[in-house]
Amino acid sequence: MTTLTETWLIFQRSMKQSLRNPAWVIIGIVQPVLYLALFGPLLVPIIQNTPGFPPGDAYQVLVPALLVQLGLFGSLFVGFGLISEYRAGVIERMRVTPVSRVALLVGRALKDVVVLVVQGILLTVLALFFGLRAPFGGVVLALALVAVLALAMSSASYALALKLKSEDTLAPVLNTIVLPLLLLSGILLPMTLAPTWLYNLSRVNPFVYVVDAERAIFRGDFGGSVVVVGIVVAIALVLVMVGWGVRTFQRESA
Amino acid sequence: MIHARGLARTFTTRRGPVEAVSGVDIDVAPGELVGFLGPNGAGKTTTLRMLTTLLAPTAGSATVAGCDLLTDPLGVRRKIGYVGQSGGAGPDCLVADELILQGRFYGLSPARSRERAAELLEQLDLTGTETRVVQTLSGGQRRRLDIAMGLMHLPTLLFMDEPSTGLDPQSRANLWGHIRGLHAEHGTTLFLTTHYLDEADALCDRILVIDKGTIVAEGTPDELKRRVSGDLVLVGTTDPARAADITARIPDSTEHAVDGQTVRFRVPDGASVLPTLLGELSRAEVAMTSVEVRRPSLDDVFLTMTGRSLRETEGVGV
Repeated sequence: MTTLTETWLIFQRSMKQSLRNPAWVIIGIVQPVLYLALFGPLLVPIIQNTPGFPPGDAYQVLVPALLVQLGLFGSLFVGFGLISEYRAGVIERMRVTPVSRVALLVGRALKDVVVLVVQGILLTVLALFFGLRAPFGGVVLALALVAVLALAMSSASYALALKLKSEDTLAPVLNTIVLPLLLLSGILLPMTLAPTWLYNLSRVNPFVYVVDAERAIFRGDFGGSVVVVGIVVAIALVLVMVGWGVRTFQRESA
Repeated sequence: MIHARGLARTFTTRRGPVEAVSGVDIDVAPGELVGFLGPNGAGKTTTLRMLTTLLAPTAGSATVAGCDLLTDPLGVRRKIGYVGQSGGAGPDCLVADELILQGRFYGLSPARSRERAAELLEQLDLTGTETRVVQTLSGGQRRRLDIAMGLMHLPTLLFMDEPSTGLDPQSRANLWGHIRGLHAEHGTTLFLTTHYLDEADALCDRILVIDKGTIVAEGTPDELKRRVSGDLVLVGTTDPARAADITARIPDSTEHAVDGQTVRFRVPDGASVLPTLLGELSRAEVAMTSVEVRRPSLDDVFLTMTGRSLRETEGVGV
């Protein structure tokens, strides 16, 4: 059996599990929706009156960032589900079968990607009612880029979960990682507003490039180097994180 | 079916290296039902995890189901079945889904996998649970489902890690029945770990006793008991003094003692000395009220081999 078939089998299993608890898809989208509804209106006057904002209106600045936030947060916390499966012996049982370790990881992560894309579509459609205007092709490309990011993040989350094997350790570790990543990514406010030192610091964070690219895409600015850099960074992240994830599935030891 | 030489595993911890298994040799012939007995933390699970490709050994080599463990782990995985200590079915998945998927992992076609799942559900008394969510099953049902998953691809060798831990006595007896049945019907080679003496005694053709990472004894339950401490023979009599004179002459007998109306001694094979003993006692016209041969328990074996009782060590973690 090919790795592709095996990945599909694992994907189907994960998908069925998610569909049995569809509430989580909704819960996952609550946070960005709240930002959209309760923070978005604040941005409108700020953007009109503040120099230094990238071009575009409030929702062209906010919505692409919320998509990245969805990809970052939603996917980073998928590891919790893996720990409960680990405890039930599911991972061990699958690791004794000849199934490819790539399939064990990627099958699960692809489910997270699908969930994320569905959430992203819901969020974007909702944003239209708030006054978002963006080119259709741009939204599709933006979602594709977030999907790549989500694949990277959920792989990282699974790898970390399988290393730590405890919810009690995973939660603080993730929170410690996520907060600086969030603050330095320009998700809430673009880093172009930041003082030089903060701006320079944010350049270390790979997510800042993805956020910048998403915003450019939402403005319809497809050809710029910002977009290319964002895509390259996302692909590099995927390669590193999936590689790490597969290694943990190969080597996990208790 | 299994040939392991010097299989060892050292874990690196903050307090330095810990040798969990220090070089074990294991030989299991096709069709055997072998038990790996030892207290918690003795190295049973670590050894099992090495033999099933879950954990890389730090030293040693092994051939499992005809494939080299170190150079062909994929070959080993294709041929063996494994029932882990903590189960293996997804708690929020449907019984039939998990079984069919497991079959697909081993390359069965969807149709064949469904067929095989139905077969096993019937064999293991799980008919009617197909569309139930795994976590709603009883402990015994869940354990049987775990075993069914390990058997989907008709492996010639099945590993089971602590199969009856956490089950109530009735479910345990039921599970043992199923395990014996599987072994008798299909000739599947079984290798199981347990820290229960009664389980090893009731289920296994042959036992490997492991303690502190080393195999300390090996044999059939009867052999082990006989070799280590011998049978205890108890003769109830109204004339203990004369009876004791006679029992003292039994060849190879040891540990003679008189306890009220009872004369006792140990001898390697109690049953075989009984005819002689009874004959001598009647010729001497010593009146007997009872005669009993008590086989030593595996706990006696463990005590003799390690100086500790297996019951005492129970509950001690790694």
